[in-house]
Amino acid sequence: MTRAGPRVGLFVTCLVDLYRPTVGFAAVKLMEDAGCTVEVPAAQTCCGQPAFNSGDTADAKAVARGVIDAFDGYDYVVAPSGSCAGMIHEHYPALFADEPETALRAQHLAKRTHELVSFLVDILKVERVAAVFPGTVTYHDSCSGLRELQVKAQPRRLLGSVDGLTLTELPSAEICCGFGGTFCVKYPEISDKMVTDKAQDVVATGAGTLLAGDLGCLLNMAGKLSRLGADTKVRHVAEVLAGLADGPAIGEPAKD
Amino acid sequence: MQSTSRSFKANAHRALNDAVLQRALGNIKTGFQEKRRRVVEALPEFEALRDSGRDIKNHTLAHLDFYLERFEEKVIANGGTVHWCRTPAEARETILAICRRREARTVTKGKSMVAEEIGLNAFLEANAIEPVETDLGEYIIQIRNEPPSHIIAPAIHVTREQIAEDFRRHHTELDPARRLEEPGDFTDEARAQLRDRYFQADVGITGANFLIAETGSTVIVTNEGNGDMTQLLGKCHVVIASLEKVVPTLDDAATILRLLARSATGQEMSVYTTFSTGPRRPDDLDGPEEFHVVLLDNGRSAMLGTQFQDMLRCIRCAACMNHCPVYAAVGGHAYGWVYPGPMGAVLTPSLIGVEEAGHLPNASTFCGRCESVCPMRIPLPKMMRHYRTREFERGLAPPMAKGGLAVWAFLATRPTLYRFVTGMAARVLGALGRRTGRFKSLPLAGGWTGVRDMPAPEGRSFHALWAERRGGR
Repeated sequence: MTRAGPRVGLFVTCLVDLYRPTVGFAAVKLMEDAGCTVEVPAAQTCCGQPAFNSGDTADAKAVARGVIDAFDGYDYVVAPSGSCAGMIHEHYPALFADEPETALRAQHLAKRTHELVSFLVDILKVERVAAVFPGTVTYHDSCSGLRELQVKAQPRRLLGSVDGLTLTELPSAEICCGFGGTFCVKYPEISDKMVTDKAQDVVATGAGTLLAGDLGCLLNMAGKLSRLGADTKVRHVAEVLAGLADGPAIGEPAKD
Repeated sequence: MQSTSRSFKANAHRALNDAVLQRALGNIKTGFQEKRRRVVEALPEFEALRDSGRDIKNHTLAHLDFYLERFEEKVIANGGTVHWCRTPAEARETILAICRRREARTVTKGKSMVAEEIGLNAFLEANAIEPVETDLGEYIIQIRNEPPSHIIAPAIHVTREQIAEDFRRHHTELDPARRLEEPGDFTDEARAQLRDRYFQADVGITGANFLIAETGSTVIVTNEGNGDMTQLLGKCHVVIASLEKVVPTLDDAATILRLLARSATGQEMSVYTTFSTGPRRPDDLDGPEEFHVVLLDNGRSAMLGTQFQDMLRCIRCAACMNHCPVYAAVGGHAYGWVYPGPMGAVLTPSLIGVEEAGHLPNASTFCGRCESVCPMRIPLPKMMRHYRTREFERGLAPPMAKGGLAVWAFLATRPTLYRFVTGMAARVLGALGRRTGRFKSLPLAGGWTGVRDMPAPEGRSFHALWAERRGGR
């Protein structure tokens, strides 16, 4: 390559780090294939949403400061999650409204921060991926990506280029799955009703695989689908787009 | 109205296990969401109108004193009276005094959420005055002795079968074998029942969707015409409204009216939009002899200048609750006070305190659908988060949540330690869940595993694998 692509800092997200590293490697592959230099700052942990959404502003700021420091100097910061990218993009600047210097750094970071699939399509102008996935999938639009970052057409566009893949739309795709961070454990009965409705809608599409762009929602929906005995597989959309969907799906036993 | 917001969880539990309620709530999607979507898509300037509506209300709230005083001057010039009431008690006493002076035995009522807020019906009954609700939904819940569960469709929690039963039980003079199946059957029967009550009523009480400073007019929108009958056929018209309902001009009201019905019921306009400007004038053909506006504050002026001021832009269209997945799951009664859904989750703690209503701003996934449909662009999730912050700062958050957050924050601000802990957790949980791929139950995670499986991690943390694979680069 004659011209070095943009230098991207991958914000792994705490859930991908702990639960599903495959999603992180899929993000790296997709961005490297598109010509980026991808780095993973070691000093990252979480975006701070658990504290921020619980009203614990002091801890949210402390964690956010760490992110602002860790991702200083990258051309772009990309997360395989609309929720975490939305937190940095939408809420960091407001979080530091009373600290002008940090607010300025937060704004600078916010402007450079993107959700993975919209980054590929909107910024890197990726039009197709070289993946193969034989089967029918359905797609759930996670709320933060959809409403804070307008992620809607981008994943569908790239999925449309996957060889062998048929997308059957989920009728309730824009309705929350009931995850909501701590909501799902603070109000489990309400969350259960929401995710049960969602799982039933997913099963009704007849799709073999459910995809979405946020691991929180995916864990919630996968957990409910398996509790209901449905055999729908659940994966992060990046796994399919990167051609890394040959391992066990979310909640499936290891193959050996 | 007495709040049961503290028992939100128990209320929600009951609602989720009420099969009849769940069936009734199923109508929201086709009844409201689809209709709104169609009518909004048909109006290219809808998004620009939302900006205009927001700007009108922001301007009015910035000069609220000016517009309210102007409104009062005009009402007086038209021959009416404005009663300034700080508290529900003051508003109740004011209305009772008017009714007593008119020697009222029955009052007809148009739909008013502010009347619910001040508990007007129970108060009038206790003072030997019979309130008669004339909106079909309100009429149904009055018979059932229930509060409204929705701000524009008060009986949305009731099924047709239940209404038929209620009407047969209540209207005993009618043929027991009559047909009561379609909405038209209920409307006809209620209309016939109400006809004489309108003429008997000594006082007609309505709410107001707008108060117009320029003219001293009050405006109501209805689909049944009951508001007109209430205010024209009673000898004395009392308007009960909260003070943020004021807008500067008729044009401003016209702009917001274009947003209101579209957002609420998916209509371009409500069937009746009625402007009331003072009592009957000498050459008018009809109209009330007296015209009173009871202007209620009840904590709203204290929201001015705070991070909750934007909430005062609300025009009570109910789009937020019509699109809220939590409202759709539990219905309006679970919220425990007058205003349910996302707007209630902000307004209720503002009016009755976060100590009483702390659950409401917490019972949201922050999915943001409410804000995305709000015609006044009220940042509802942001304000719910402000209430969570207020709760946290006052130490009202549950101890388990506070403890969990403290541990998490300790780790999340120490990356090396954090990576060590998550690396271990990934290995341990991954190994334990390797055979099944998921956990049916996990210690300390009952909130999760009580209702769904916990997928097992893949077994190594991303950072551990990345260091191994790319460590040399």
